[in-house]
Amino acid sequence: MSSGFPNQHRQALLLAGGLLLASAALLLLGVSVGSTGFESVRNMLRDPQAMQIVWDIRLPRTAGAYLAGALLGLAGAVAQGLFRNPLADPYLLGSASGASLGVALAMALFGVSPLATHWLTRIGITGAAFMGAVLAVLLTLLLAKGVQHTLRLLLAGVIVGVVLGAITSLILLLTPEIMQAMQSFMLGSTGFVGWTACAIMAAVLLASALAAWMMSHVLDGLALGEATAQSLGLRLPQMRAALVAVLALATGAAVAQTGLIAFVGLAAPHLVRSVVKTTHGRLIMLSSLMGAVLLMAADILARWLIAPQELPVGVLTAVLGGGYLLWLMHRHSGRGSGL
Amino acid sequence: MDKWLLCGFLWTISALSNHAQALQVTDDRGVTVTFVQSPQRIISLLPSLTESVCAMDQCQRLVGVDRYSNYPASVRHLPVLGGGLDPNIEGIVALKPDVVLLATSSRASQRLESLGIKVVALEPRNHTDVRRVLKKIGLLFEIPEAQGADRLWRIIDTSVSAAAQSLPAKVRGVRVYFEVNRGPYAAGESSFIGETLTRLGVKNIVPAALGPFPRLNPEFVVRANPDVIMVGSRSMQSMAAYPGWSSIKAVREQRICVFGIDESDVVVRPGPRMAEAARIMAKCLEDKAP
Repeated sequence: MSSGFPNQHRQALLLAGGLLLASAALLLLGVSVGSTGFESVRNMLRDPQAMQIVWDIRLPRTAGAYLAGALLGLAGAVAQGLFRNPLADPYLLGSASGASLGVALAMALFGVSPLATHWLTRIGITGAAFMGAVLAVLLTLLLAKGVQHTLRLLLAGVIVGVVLGAITSLILLLTPEIMQAMQSFMLGSTGFVGWTACAIMAAVLLASALAAWMMSHVLDGLALGEATAQSLGLRLPQMRAALVAVLALATGAAVAQTGLIAFVGLAAPHLVRSVVKTTHGRLIMLSSLMGAVLLMAADILARWLIAPQELPVGVLTAVLGGGYLLWLMHRHSGRGSGL
Repeated sequence: MDKWLLCGFLWTISALSNHAQALQVTDDRGVTVTFVQSPQRIISLLPSLTESVCAMDQCQRLVGVDRYSNYPASVRHLPVLGGGLDPNIEGIVALKPDVVLLATSSRASQRLESLGIKVVALEPRNHTDVRRVLKKIGLLFEIPEAQGADRLWRIIDTSVSAAAQSLPAKVRGVRVYFEVNRGPYAAGESSFIGETLTRLGVKNIVPAALGPFPRLNPEFVVRANPDVIMVGSRSMQSMAAYPGWSSIKAVREQRICVFGIDESDVVVRPGPRMAEAARIMAKCLEDKAP
């Protein structure tokens, strides 16, 4: 066992290096792929319009995809550690359905009354999504009466998800003209990400990565069981609450800017674990990088495959992440070890 | 078994007795529906079909509509039977309609038919479809084409042409981007909105090859640099500033028309109010074209 540690450390470093390299390559690719392809990059210095396309549209949305993926990957790793459940994903506490409800409400109420319109212009779709996500998590916490019982928290999250989802469906049915726009929100899109959105996501990523890193020993302790974790002298209640806050904030920030992107949060930690078995501190960081690379790759494909039209990026993350995960699973089960 | 025999028997009798004046309509699914006489009690589950029925001056035959039908005002106090996608089957059956008009995409057709209710599925998607739908409805009401569908179509057609001719010369060839929904989903040249724009003499930046309502890369719009932008729904589009769009001529010079709720209903429905839609778009062009 003791001889495994340096080896594991090296593997983690290698993976991190590989992912960073992939990020850099994808960033360059992301800048050159769009409705007009390389042409815009070539003409950048001569043509102000091409410059703007590259600088104000492609660069922020590529960076935005990277940051949103990183946030979701981080949230996924935290959720799986916190709930000790490999099926946990960032949307577990109801933030996805909360965000959808927020957006649906905003779109449906917009233009109906002057007062509503006045407020909605101020908060916008992003604000509505973020508020919805955070309120849904708060509702889950309220229903579960705090963060102490993992199972109760999970169940409350499922209930909140189902109920808010149902209300969203009802609003959609009553105002069919927002259906298409909602669809694009639910399948995720990086088309709305500008520099401000990037700055917000970067700040949230920095804060939540730092917080998660500092509390990662709690997740390591929890992996041994709650009783053991308590006997190690960890202050579980406070730490758990803080981790839920990190989870909610990271997910809320990503969802508000890019919509509901499927599967990144679930797949990223698994993909990391399939390469290297490591402590939660490293897992969180690696999973964050993995999510970023996954979403950025998916976003580039979404823009490129049928340009100048776009595919919903959520569809591609599901196909890419799901396909790779399935392949890993079968490769491993072929060797008899399982994922 | 008995029930089937009885049904068959009744059908034979009715077919025999009305052999001479049986009224047959083939709908957009390719199904031929036979009526003993022109249907008197009609339910419409699509706003554009409701408008078409009323445009034929047959509003009084409507006994129920879907929840999205809101024009003309007289249909607003009719019983509401759910939406086209989630109709209230029980309510429809209870009203004993002679025929239910709905979209081909509705799942209700089979269910209603199995309950013995006649269904005519019609789906207007472009200008030609609107004319065809008017003809079918005219056939259903036994209104001669010269007084019904053809006359109505001629009115619509001339009004669209009049709207086009009323435009000043500067509008000709103006490049327009019509956003139907946040996404951005655009109305392409092949959509009915696109067809109206073409008739108004302006240039749609979304070519027909991309399909009627494609979801675009926002970059594409910046590249195409439209002179005028029209926004045709109320899903907070005007608020959704896409990054990098500030350089588009239309955005820079505030050449954007956002249609209100009532106007949007007119513009996005492929029905008899197409002429009004053309006038709304012409007004926008007159005000905003450079």
